[in-house]
Amino acid sequence: MPILDGFEYHRPGTFEEALELLEKFKGRAAILNGGTDLVVELKDGRKKPDVVVDIKAIAGLDGITIEKGRALIGAGVTFGAIIQSKELEKRLPLVVEAARTVGSSGLRNRATMVGNICSAVPCLDSGPVLLVLDADVIVRSRRGEHKIPVGRWFLGPRKTALKPGELVTAVSIPFEKKIRGSCFMKLGRYAGEDLAQASVAIAAMRGAKYRIAFGAVGPVPLRAKKIEAFLAGKKISDKVLSGASGRVDREISPITDIRASKEYRLHMCRIMLERGLKKAVGLL
Amino acid sequence: MKKITIKAKINGEQRTLEVQPMETLLEVLRETLGLKSPKCGCDRGDCGTCTVLYDGRAVRSCLILAPEADGREIETLEGICRDGLTPLQKKMHELNAFQCGFCAPGMIVSATELLRRNKKPSEGDIKEAIGGNLCRCTGYEPIIDAVKAVSGKGRR
Repeated sequence: MPILDGFEYHRPGTFEEALELLEKFKGRAAILNGGTDLVVELKDGRKKPDVVVDIKAIAGLDGITIEKGRALIGAGVTFGAIIQSKELEKRLPLVVEAARTVGSSGLRNRATMVGNICSAVPCLDSGPVLLVLDADVIVRSRRGEHKIPVGRWFLGPRKTALKPGELVTAVSIPFEKKIRGSCFMKLGRYAGEDLAQASVAIAAMRGAKYRIAFGAVGPVPLRAKKIEAFLAGKKISDKVLSGASGRVDREISPITDIRASKEYRLHMCRIMLERGLKKAVGLL
Repeated sequence: MKKITIKAKINGEQRTLEVQPMETLLEVLRETLGLKSPKCGCDRGDCGTCTVLYDGRAVRSCLILAPEADGREIETLEGICRDGLTPLQKKMHELNAFQCGFCAPGMIVSATELLRRNKKPSEGDIKEAIGGNLCRCTGYEPIIDAVKAVSGKGRR
């Protein structure tokens, strides 16, 4: 289907120009990055901006920067680039593991992690992973730069804490020595490109502590705080695993849709949680 | 709507084009330039039949706005087989890899990208590379066989 509603296309070369455009057009501007979500929304008529601001020409957005204690993944960094990054593979294997599951290679050559969290569809693959890694979203506007913890970023399906006039420049992910193992599990209808029916990201920490986040089983990706509290200090055993999976119903609120039923999602989340915990602590 | 002038290298030729912001790269390739190998299937990035090489990388041309292509290098299947059928295409022909052929251009473009950067891909690499190209006729096996058969050999 062709795009029916016209818009102006701008491709600013600097932050200043981009932020000026976003400030000027506020809610009537759409930010274009990899375009794998936005162009579909333009076709559907879900979004009808007056102005599309393509941020790909802004210098310095497409880099993965390794700093002391953290990695900065720029807004222009595609999932394909994340998969190829030796530094991320070494320091943040969970990020690379999740990136590999996004769409198909043709999509990963365009789609970005920052775009993924800005689109904020409930089944996004980056959400659970960034939640367990305690990442921050770096936001810039004409008034300056601030960071928003990922835990406060997702407000609802396709709703984020980003305000009109603001631009996400990067996600910042800390390197934490206390993370001993991790894993990302994604359930799809078939191997190959598919959106998640359900997903879970797990980080096993020093001192038998765990961080757990689910995706595609609620309006936003969420940390499973009750399960984390139950598991704290416990070594993984069959009894502990069934205690954890028995608490899944209290954490998540999946819906029935075209990709899976509510019951199937709940059932598989219990299984993926048990399997994921085993894998994260090296038992699988 | 105001037209935008873009310059792009398309199948080895430098072109200057007048495009509308709301046109996709796929529409410009097919309608303005008459390059009909990229097809419009799902028009939302799921089926892969609009795949083209964009600065050497396989992308969905239905998900790129035409003005984004300014300054880029684009290669469609027409460009890939400019000097005659490639060994991969010949092998696919030999193995009856396609029936209806609607997925063929996208499939070949994705496999060509893979073979250009990875001379000896594993079966897993092949499946991953064409994982976003849907075929409803031949069940993928002869397509994968063809890619395997030409891997590690000469020109792509």
